[in-house]
Amino acid sequence: MGKEAFGLAAKDNSGVLSTFHFSRRETGEKDVRFKVLFCGICHSDLHMIKNEWGISTYPLVPGHEIVGVVTEVGSKVTKFKTGDKVGVGCMVGSCGSCDSCTEGLENYCPKSIQTYGFKYYDDTITYGGYSDNMVCDEGFIIRMPDNLPLDAAAPLLCAGITVYSPLKYHGLDKPGMHIGVVGLGGLGHVAVKFAKAMGLKVTVISTSDSKRDEAINRLGADAFVVSRDQKQIKDAMRTLDGIINTVSATHSLLPLLGLLKPKGKLVMVGAPEKPLELPVMPLIFERKMVMGSMIGGIKETQEMVDMAGKHNITADIELISADYVNTAMERLEKADVRYRFVIDVANTLKPTP
Amino acid sequence: MAKSPETEHPNKAFGWAAKDKSGVLSPFHFSRRDNGDNDVTVKILYCGVCHTDLHTIKNDWGFSYYPVVPGHEIVGIATKVGKNVTKFREGDRVGVGVITGSCQSCESCNQDLENYCPQMSFTYNSIGSDGTKTYGGYSESIVVDQRFVLQFPEGLPSDSGAPLLCAGITVYSPMKYYGMTEPGKHLGVAGLGGLGHVAVKIGKAFGLKVTVISSSPSKEDEAINRLGADSFLVSSDPQKMKAAIGTMDYIIDTVSAVHALFPLLGLLKVNGKLVTLGLPEKPLELPIFPLVLGRKMVGGSDIGGMKETQEMLEFCAKHNITADIELIKMDEINTAMERLAKSDVRYRFVIDVANSLSPP
Repeated sequence: MGKEAFGLAAKDNSGVLSTFHFSRRETGEKDVRFKVLFCGICHSDLHMIKNEWGISTYPLVPGHEIVGVVTEVGSKVTKFKTGDKVGVGCMVGSCGSCDSCTEGLENYCPKSIQTYGFKYYDDTITYGGYSDNMVCDEGFIIRMPDNLPLDAAAPLLCAGITVYSPLKYHGLDKPGMHIGVVGLGGLGHVAVKFAKAMGLKVTVISTSDSKRDEAINRLGADAFVVSRDQKQIKDAMRTLDGIINTVSATHSLLPLLGLLKPKGKLVMVGAPEKPLELPVMPLIFERKMVMGSMIGGIKETQEMVDMAGKHNITADIELISADYVNTAMERLEKADVRYRFVIDVANTLKPTP
Repeated sequence: MAKSPETEHPNKAFGWAAKDKSGVLSPFHFSRRDNGDNDVTVKILYCGVCHTDLHTIKNDWGFSYYPVVPGHEIVGIATKVGKNVTKFREGDRVGVGVITGSCQSCESCNQDLENYCPQMSFTYNSIGSDGTKTYGGYSESIVVDQRFVLQFPEGLPSDSGAPLLCAGITVYSPMKYYGMTEPGKHLGVAGLGGLGHVAVKIGKAFGLKVTVISSSPSKEDEAINRLGADSFLVSSDPQKMKAAIGTMDYIIDTVSAVHALFPLLGLLKVNGKLVTLGLPEKPLELPIFPLVLGRKMVGGSDIGGMKETQEMLEFCAKHNITADIELIKMDEINTAMERLAKSDVRYRFVIDVANSLSPP
C-alpha cells in the first residue's frame, strides 16, 4: 500500500543515519506530492536522532526544512499545481478548530503534527525530508519564491520562521529599533538578515570574538559584543529594545537582561533543557520580560518566505551530499558550520548505500 | 562632619526606627526640612505596614542604611502647601506612596513613569533630591514634593485605603500594562497576602474570573466567600494542579519567597502571561521549554507612576475596593512585624499613627 520512498533514518539513539526504505501514503484529495530537491539540517534533527528530548521513536527520518518541485496534486487542491516550487517546514497537520488554529497559529495547537516522528491522522508515523519524495496536506505547503535559490532558501522553513515570528509578534520590527541576537548559528545568522531587512539596528552577542568579522562585514550587523567581556557588556547596557536569544546551552540571563532598555523583551527561541537562573530584579525594577517562541503558523511562514523573496534573504549554507550526513551531524554538534548544512537530496540520495 | 538625624534639618520630627538588622523598631528623634515652594507637609493619620518594610528593617536585600524609619503607605492631612503648589490645599486628605523623588526630566518621568527614573528616590531608606536620607511614614509628619502627593478620593477610607498606595498600585499597574484586564478572561493570583488579596478585588472589578492559588487550604473560605474569588487552587495538591493546566490567561504572582515557576507556567494557556511581583532573596529557576512551547511570558513590575497611582485610587474608590486591615498602635509594631514574618495577618497591618504615636 502507498508509494515507495527511500531516505536516511536513524535506527537507534546512536543517531547514526543510514539508508531506509519505507512507503508514503498515496496522494490524497487534499495532498500535494513533491520530489524533494534539498533538505536543511536543523539542530532539532540532531536532538531527535539521539532521543535527547525523550520523544523519539525509531526508525526516524528527520528533516523539516524541505524544498522541492510538485509532481502530483489531489483533486481538491486549489493552490498548487505540478511544477510549482514548494516547501514544508516543521508541521504537517493540526486540529484546525482550536483557538490557536483559528488564529493561524497551528504551531501552538495541542494536536499539531510534526513533520517527522509524530503520529499522523491515519495512524502512520510521519517521515521527514531526508528522503526522495514528500506528500503533505495543501494547508501545510509553502510556496517558494521564484527568485530564491532553493538550497539556500530551505533553512528559512524552520530557522527563518523561528526568528521572524517573535520579531513581528513582539513588535520588534519597527525601523530604527535596536535588537540583539545572541548566538551566531543557524538561527542567529538568519535573525541578523531579517532584522536588517526590517530596518533595525542589530548587535550580535557571542561568547567569543572569532565571529566578529563575519557578523559585521558579511552579515551586516551593526555591532558585536562578546558576552564574557565585562567592559563590552557594560558599554552596551540598556541599549536594546529586544533580544532574540538562540542559545540552547545553559547560560546566564543576567548580562543579557542588562543589555535591554527598560521594558525590553528577551525572547528565547533556543530551548535549554535545564531551567536557567532568573534574576528577578531586572524584571521588577525595569519591567523587562522573558518570553518564548516556537516556529510560527503557516500563514506567517508564507509571509516570512515572501519577505525573504522580496529582500533576497537566504541562509548561508554548506551543501552536502547524502553520504556526508553523519559527518555533518558530528560537526553540527561542535557548531562547526557556517551556518546550516543542506543536503543535496535529489542529486545525492540513492536508494542503495 | 556629618550632621546627626536630629540636626540635619530645621524641624524636629519623631517616629519609630530600626537601628540595626535585628529589625527591632523603637522611638527615634530626627528632623524634617522646611516646607519648600513645591512641597506639601502631611500630618500623618495612618501608615500601612508593607512586607518591604520588614525586608528593609532586617537588611534582607543588603542595602539598608540605619536608622531606618519605614512606611510608604501614608494617608494624612495637608497642613502646609508651598506657593507653587496648585493641586492641594491645606486640609486636603492626601496620600504618599513608595516614591518621593525623581529627576522629573528624563524619558520615564516625561511619560509619567517616575518609578523607572534612574534617579528615583524612595520614601524611606533612600537619598532624596536634596541629598539627604529619606525617612518614611512611621512618623508624625512628612514633607513631600507635590508631584509625589496624591489626592485621596472621597469615599475611600483613610485607614483601609492606605495600603492601596503600595499594594494597590503594585498589582494595578502590571494588570493594565500587560493587558490583563479583558473581561471574562481568567486571572490566577498566587499568594493570598497583602498584594494577593488586593489583586483578587481589583481582578473582580475588571470583570475577570479569578482563581486564588495558595499553599494554604485554610484560606479557601476567605478567598471565595469574603474576597469574591471564583475558585481556589491548592498548589500543593498535584491532582488539582494537573486538572488546572492550561486554564489561565494571566497570573499575578505575589509570592516573595523563592518558589517554583514551573507549575505556575503550566497553568497558563498558550500566550499566557505571568507577572512576578515578589522579590525573593535568590534568583528563581526559569524553565525555558514551557515559554517556548506555549509562547508564554514572564515579566515583573514595581509599583507605578504617580499618574497611574492616582488613577488606581479613583478606580478603587469607584469600585469600593479597600484593603482588609488590622489596625494597630505604634507600640505594637514589633509584634506586628513578627506576625508578618509568619504571614499571620489578614491581610495588612495599618498603624493608627495619629492616635498612637507620641514622643516619650
